[in-house]
Amino acid sequence: MSYKKRLDNRKPDELRKMEAKVGVIKNADGSAYFKIGNTCAYAAVYGPRELYPRFLHNPSKGILRCSYSMMPFSGSGNRVRPGQNRRAKEISMVTEKALLPVLNLDEYPNSVVDVFIELPQTEAGSRCAGICAASMALADAGLVMSDLVSAVSVGRVDDMLVVDLDYSEEAYEDGPVADIPLAILPRTDEITLLQMDGEITKEMLLDAIELGKKSCHEIYEIQKKALKEKYAVKGDE
Amino acid sequence: MTEILVKDKDIVVPGELLAKGMDAFPGPGSYRDNEEILSSRLGLVYLDRRTIKIISQSGVYLPKVGDMIIGKVIDIAMSGWRINLNCAYSAMLSMKDATSDYINKGEDLSQYYDIGDYIACKITNVTSQKLVDVSMREPGLKKLVNGRMFNVNTHKVPRIIGKKGSMVTMIKNATGCRITVGQNGLIWIQGDTKNEFIAIETIKKIEKESHLTGLTNRIKEFLEEKTGKKIEGVEMK
Repeated sequence: MSYKKRLDNRKPDELRKMEAKVGVIKNADGSAYFKIGNTCAYAAVYGPRELYPRFLHNPSKGILRCSYSMMPFSGSGNRVRPGQNRRAKEISMVTEKALLPVLNLDEYPNSVVDVFIELPQTEAGSRCAGICAASMALADAGLVMSDLVSAVSVGRVDDMLVVDLDYSEEAYEDGPVADIPLAILPRTDEITLLQMDGEITKEMLLDAIELGKKSCHEIYEIQKKALKEKYAVKGDE
Repeated sequence: MTEILVKDKDIVVPGELLAKGMDAFPGPGSYRDNEEILSSRLGLVYLDRRTIKIISQSGVYLPKVGDMIIGKVIDIAMSGWRINLNCAYSAMLSMKDATSDYINKGEDLSQYYDIGDYIACKITNVTSQKLVDVSMREPGLKKLVNGRMFNVNTHKVPRIIGKKGSMVTMIKNATGCRITVGQNGLIWIQGDTKNEFIAIETIKKIEKESHLTGLTNRIKEFLEEKTGKKIEGVEMK
């Protein structure tokens, strides 16, 4: 109908500009930075390390603990409040579940891997940026993983299917909007995160997921490149 | 038909395809999925005939039997000491493994090793639940008094020690410091202050440049420049 062209002139399947870096936080055992459009995420991994409180101990394998937090100055609107809130808690939980299928912590019973995701700047798609950064940071921490995890948001704005919605599209008012954060394992295309906000038909949802998988492969290449760059031999410095 | 798709010393990311076919074998750091062999770590490829290994370059220490490590006494129990290993698990040093002295029942153990002391010890046993036993009944294993303690990446320790200890011996001879390197990444250095700093700087340099070629020569030149003395008896490649 009325939404024929995206507000920022991108093609429907075009992602915002991305940037990825590994090993950005020196004190962490593994760390990564992922930026997509105006959304930036830092992820720091600590551990496997000693786990407290003791009742969380799992004697058969190590546990993963994620913490997602938007910094108080990171964006605008009432979503951004410093510290823990219900939204941050939910996203921490879904991030954990999106990452856990690739991680193998059998070698580390009774211990914990802590993942801290901080967002200094946000404009839509923050949980996906957080998952992309976290999966790179986990690999950087030398953990045993069967694959990386790539995530992107897909959705519809009016009658158009688009990937990587920005804030102006999420807030589009002249027609129905659906925002679907999606995380996949690029090797097998298995889905580890699928949420939805808005309204969409079954057919459109299935098409949107296919579109999202394609975009995740683009993100995967960027993640792979960033990880390899850290160890690339660069002559004499 | 088996094809190996990677070369020796290539950098691979988790989930990357290494080989296709049933004639190649997955070594540590890789896994098989039907016909395919995939990487499960970020690291360097090491081809050993038809076995593909991935050598990790980052991550925390995992206790292994036979490792010589530096630990810190964190608690004193009824019949021994609890030792922090700079990793997710702590070790137990029992009385009979600590000293050849006769210790009376009920004697105060802190007169041997007190809380906060650093000791060089060897791992004698690791269980499936990562309960660790250490022993000090071997030549060279002792309490480390005075000096400086610092941390390096545990995966770089073999390069710091060098072939048959050649690298660490060179630093010892050049600076006149006493140096003990633990497999868990803790290093103890004792000497006069100026030389201690040179030794620390050298070790940090090895840690940073360990993946580049000609390391021994570069470190030799670096030491000669810093100490102003000529180093003899290091083979030039």
